[in-house]
Amino acid sequence: MAECGASGSGSSGDSFDKSITLPPDEIFRNLENAKRFAIDIGGSLTKLAYYSTVQHKVAKVRSFDHSGKDAEQDHESPYEISVQEEVTARLHFVKFENTYIEACLDFIKDHLVNTETKVIQATGGGAYKFKDLIEEKLQLKVDKEDVMTCLIKGCNFVLKNIPQEAFVYQKDSDPEFRFQTNHPNIFPYLLVNIGSGVSIVKVETEDRFEWIGGSSIGGGTFWGLGALLTKTKKFDELLHLASRGQHANVDMLVQDIYGGAHQTLGLSGSLIASSFGKSATADQEFSQEDMAKSLLHMISNDIGQLACLYARLHHLDRVYFGGFFIRGHPVTMRTITYSINFFSKGEVQALFLRHEGYLGAIGAFLKGAEQDNPNQYSWGENYAGSSGLMSSSPDVCPAQRTRSGTFDLLEMDRLERPLVNLPLLLDPSSYVPDTVDLTDDALARKYWLSCFEEALDGVVKRAVASQPGSVDAAERAQKFRQKYWNKLQTLRQQPFAYGTLTVRSLLDTREHCLNEFNFPDPYSKVKQKENGAALKCFQKVVCALDTLDWEERQLALVQGLLAGNVFDWGAKAVSEVLESDPQFGFEEAKRKLEERPWLVDCYNKWLQRLKGPPHKCALIFADNSGVDVILGVFPFVRELLSRGTEVILACNSGPALNDVTYSESLIVAERIAAMDPVVHSALREERLLLVQTGSSSPCLDLSRLDKGLAVLVRERSTDLVVIEGMGRAVHTNYYAALHCESLKLAVIKNSWLAERLGGRLFSVIFKYEVPAQ
Amino acid sequence: MLKLVSGGSGQDWACSVAEAGLGSEGAAFEVARPGDLGEASCGGPGWGCAGIPDSAPAVGMLQAGAAGSACGGQDAEELGEPVGGAEERPARLPPPPALRLLNRKPQGGSEEIKTSENDSQRGRLRRGPRAAPPASGMGDYGRQPERSAPHTPGDPTGARAAAVNGLLHNGFHQLPVQQPRFFNRGSVGSGDPAPPRLLLQPELQPQPQPPPAQHDSPAKKCRLRRRMDSGKKNRPPFPWFGMDIGGTLVKLVYFEPKDITAEEEQEEVENLKSIRKYLTSNIAYGKTGIRDVHLELKNLTMCGRKGNLHFIRFPSSAMHTFIQMGSEKNFSSLHTTLCATGGGAFKFEEDFRMIANLQLHKLDELDCLIQGLLYVDSVGFNGNPECYYFENPTNPELCQKKPYCLDNPYPMLLVNMGSGVSILAVYSKDNYKRVTGTSLGGGTFLGLCCLLTGCETFEEALEMAAKGDSTNVDKLVKDIYGGDYERFGLQGSAVASSFGNMMSKEKRDSISKEDLARATLVTITNNIGSIARMCALNENIDRVVFAGNFLRINMVSMKLLAYAMDFWSKGQLKALFLEHEGYFGAVGALLELFKMTDDQ
Repeated sequence: MAECGASGSGSSGDSFDKSITLPPDEIFRNLENAKRFAIDIGGSLTKLAYYSTVQHKVAKVRSFDHSGKDAEQDHESPYEISVQEEVTARLHFVKFENTYIEACLDFIKDHLVNTETKVIQATGGGAYKFKDLIEEKLQLKVDKEDVMTCLIKGCNFVLKNIPQEAFVYQKDSDPEFRFQTNHPNIFPYLLVNIGSGVSIVKVETEDRFEWIGGSSIGGGTFWGLGALLTKTKKFDELLHLASRGQHANVDMLVQDIYGGAHQTLGLSGSLIASSFGKSATADQEFSQEDMAKSLLHMISNDIGQLACLYARLHHLDRVYFGGFFIRGHPVTMRTITYSINFFSKGEVQALFLRHEGYLGAIGAFLKGAEQDNPNQYSWGENYAGSSGLMSSSPDVCPAQRTRSGTFDLLEMDRLERPLVNLPLLLDPSSYVPDTVDLTDDALARKYWLSCFEEALDGVVKRAVASQPGSVDAAERAQKFRQKYWNKLQTLRQQPFAYGTLTVRSLLDTREHCLNEFNFPDPYSKVKQKENGAALKCFQKVVCALDTLDWEERQLALVQGLLAGNVFDWGAKAVSEVLESDPQFGFEEAKRKLEERPWLVDCYNKWLQRLKGPPHKCALIFADNSGVDVILGVFPFVRELLSRGTEVILACNSGPALNDVTYSESLIVAERIAAMDPVVHSALREERLLLVQTGSSSPCLDLSRLDKGLAVLVRERSTDLVVIEGMGRAVHTNYYAALHCESLKLAVIKNSWLAERLGGRLFSVIFKYEVPAQ
Repeated sequence: MLKLVSGGSGQDWACSVAEAGLGSEGAAFEVARPGDLGEASCGGPGWGCAGIPDSAPAVGMLQAGAAGSACGGQDAEELGEPVGGAEERPARLPPPPALRLLNRKPQGGSEEIKTSENDSQRGRLRRGPRAAPPASGMGDYGRQPERSAPHTPGDPTGARAAAVNGLLHNGFHQLPVQQPRFFNRGSVGSGDPAPPRLLLQPELQPQPQPPPAQHDSPAKKCRLRRRMDSGKKNRPPFPWFGMDIGGTLVKLVYFEPKDITAEEEQEEVENLKSIRKYLTSNIAYGKTGIRDVHLELKNLTMCGRKGNLHFIRFPSSAMHTFIQMGSEKNFSSLHTTLCATGGGAFKFEEDFRMIANLQLHKLDELDCLIQGLLYVDSVGFNGNPECYYFENPTNPELCQKKPYCLDNPYPMLLVNMGSGVSILAVYSKDNYKRVTGTSLGGGTFLGLCCLLTGCETFEEALEMAAKGDSTNVDKLVKDIYGGDYERFGLQGSAVASSFGNMMSKEKRDSISKEDLARATLVTITNNIGSIARMCALNENIDRVVFAGNFLRINMVSMKLLAYAMDFWSKGQLKALFLEHEGYFGAVGALLELFKMTDDQ
């Protein structure tokens, strides 16, 4: 019963305005290719889901066909780049007020070009009401889906695919939202859906859930009684009214019964003994605000109490709340949280969901798409196409509110391959990739937001330069600029919009926005050039290393890794040097490095370790193209191979900044193998394996890695993980605890961060960790 | 373990239950787990014995005194549960040691102690140091068993009480009662009172005295005090009152000795006589005071005296008038101890002392509730059982009130519905814990009804509710799904959203005040039922006893509760009710008076 009959939450217009002008291109994106629809019509909001395909330009690298030495000489670069079109799958969700439903259906009908779809899955209380309209407008048969089933399916989907989907609400902290890392196993949990009534559902597996109870005292009771008691007839306004009231004028409190004695008795006098206990009199008028507040407390407390009782009975501690009573309203999230804390004495946490409003639509969609096996894939939230969580707190960014009240979007990209945890994580349930939580750390947030703003023009320039032949590159780049700029402004106001704000999320958002405007790989040319230049130096570097004695060589290898890591276009300080002085060389970089002892310096311990038996298998996460991977990582890899250690070299699946991609790494390895017998034989004998991470981020989330990688890591009994670079080893994973030895190394190429860590620009992090036995 | 006494005193009510068929809220859709209650029900061996040595009660009392007050453990939950505003979390201050009642579960159960007899059950508390249970206050009369407990010899309380027999004598003097203006407003009983710090009275020496004058000199007081002997050294002087001052109603029980000898009568001070006459010859006092004549327990032996126990109530708002009257009538000259429980015992303590020169003996409300309930059940209701249930609760046609034998009542879930609701798990007469409570209680029903319909009294509200139809106001499952919601096995007639139809203007315009009153009653009742049922499951208890003045003249709620317990638990849970609904706290307070005197 969830949402049924709940109309009006947020509904503003009474008039049914058909002529409303939609900015359709931005709302119903990719509609031409849409092939499967689902709709969830609630009391006031409609959520439309469709599956579509997106054509992207992708930069592909391809090795030249070097039949002869001559051919190779002819080419400056080690490989060729071609831009191709690639089609990826994407889920679109659009939320709008029911007022617009007819206009929206018309728009969809006009733009639905080549769909073969005959059916639309529908759920929600309004599915009944609007059935005829939908069938008439879209010429699709409406297939009604069970509300609860859809909710649960949707809930499972977001919990599995959207990191930091769930959050707790803390009223006095800034921001009020605390996002939770997803537990590797989302089951079992309790879903308390507060629509007009309350449904409490226990979810045990993907397909098994059970209605274990409910209550008739829910959002409809608040609304219905509120409408009777006050002159306010709309849900949102009632909440607003309640937020201004004093319930103690209406409720009988403990102190009203006990007088002052409650203190000596250890009772909290402000507890409510009897809701509305003071209103049992004819000779007093009560203010509407006070009554609304009392009603809100009464209902929230009651729901919280029942939820706790059910949670205890079923031994569950994860309780998610949803439904229109909750839907982003700080007032109700606050009272529910309070009640849960009170009744469970802290044993149960009230959890809320960022995409709670979409659960029904997602579930209905998934039901209809079962033959496509959407659950076999991993999906990722596309930050560029999603609106993000909006605080409905009135003083926060009114413009954003208005927009979110009208149209709200969520886009999920289907990822090529399923993502899983790195099997070596010590405790997957408590692993947090990010080192600094910018939602929390206002100072750091300010710095990084400004930093990304300042770097934006450079990124735009680079994007335009990457597509010299394109007529509209400048225009697209401006659009990209605008989009990312807006995102940054949103995040300034509402840092919690996409979950916990981190350097990683800022970087990822930028990549998503670049992709959105068809700048799939702005650095492809740069990377190509650098790889070419570095490959030319490879042999010289390796020879130099081979002349060193063992101990000198070990240090030189590590310094090489670090020096290589200075070559990072993502870091502002470096990109400036690289732009102004392209000759900046590997040796110079070494000279720039901090002298030992480094800022974090575990080198001696590492050296000691190297004197011991070789590792069985090392997993290395590479960072940048060019000097970094070729002159830093490969010599290091070569040394490990010589020691008898197998190596898994993991590179990004998709491009991000100048990070080396998997496909580039294949070519680079091939070229190195041609020069170097050690690498050559290792590749041939599969002692050196190149894999993709499944990610397209400059950072690294060890809980979302390519399944193939995870399998390989397990098969080869990996006992060393090397994580290189600021994005992967400092912004993320700095504190990541693993089952095996790990090496995290980076050069701090940001003076603010360096300072924060107690160092200076180009300070070195060399963190070698051995897990406690 | 449960025996049903059949053939009760035919108080079958007409089964006009309304909601029984459909009142269930959308909420309670859950199947009860058949509990495994076996062992729990055998009560604990520890206290089955009737005879508790004379000294025992004293110990109990002293400890209660020292350990004081009750609320310690229940703390926040006490009445309200819920929180007031989200503003502050309940401060869970441990009460000062002197006030700590040892039988109370301190917060959250962390300190609970398992007793040997029930450690199979989770979380109950044992009244540690309080060696003798309070009810043993009556125990010392054991030597003259006289009346056997109507139903169960086995019941210790009953046995003991029954053992009591008549001693005569008592001095009365007049309390020129011009009683307070009582308001005649029924309503919901107290929220739940609190525990006391016992103040021992100065010694009472028997020595009958001539009637004192209205205003006593110290000398007179002294004489009076001696006079007050009620025939036995450690028997309290008359008058005997027990009071429970709740959030809405004050409940007063008065013991009228019927075994007064001529000699005694002569000695009875005017004040005392006048109280007796006034209380027993009227059934209404002032505007709002009411004596529930139908509840009177006749020919009862208490503390060795034979007499009738009267049940009187008036609104808490009349408390000041009452105290004023106490002052004007010089009640303090009687040197009686006024045993009081309920929050008001604390709230008005100062007023009693300052205005009426009366020292209240404050008692824990949950202790009193349980002891009072066990006592009344043990003595029975003038030959009939105190406890009853509804047979065929799910069938409006066949639903019938039937007597129930509460011989071995443990464990039981006790749901006390006053202004707010407290839910206790009772494992033996002095081993219980407060499980939870809710602020949606009788006060909420009346408060909302007043706001929604403009009514002013509980009686009025119930009368309207009896005529209304809640299904106009509530949104039912069938209103949403057009029928049953089969996916979850919900009947179409189940309430999906209380007041849910009131979201729409047309519906708001089409309903009557009676409908609103009915919907309010059904909503509150079902919610209490739902919480009680969950508690019963969590605590693994299958007997749920409903008490409190919310049930007064409230057949609709009783039948709804009986229905809900039975239906949602598939017959596993039994709802039990008691004739003296809201008076147990006051009775418990009176029992403390006897114990207290024993101590001396």
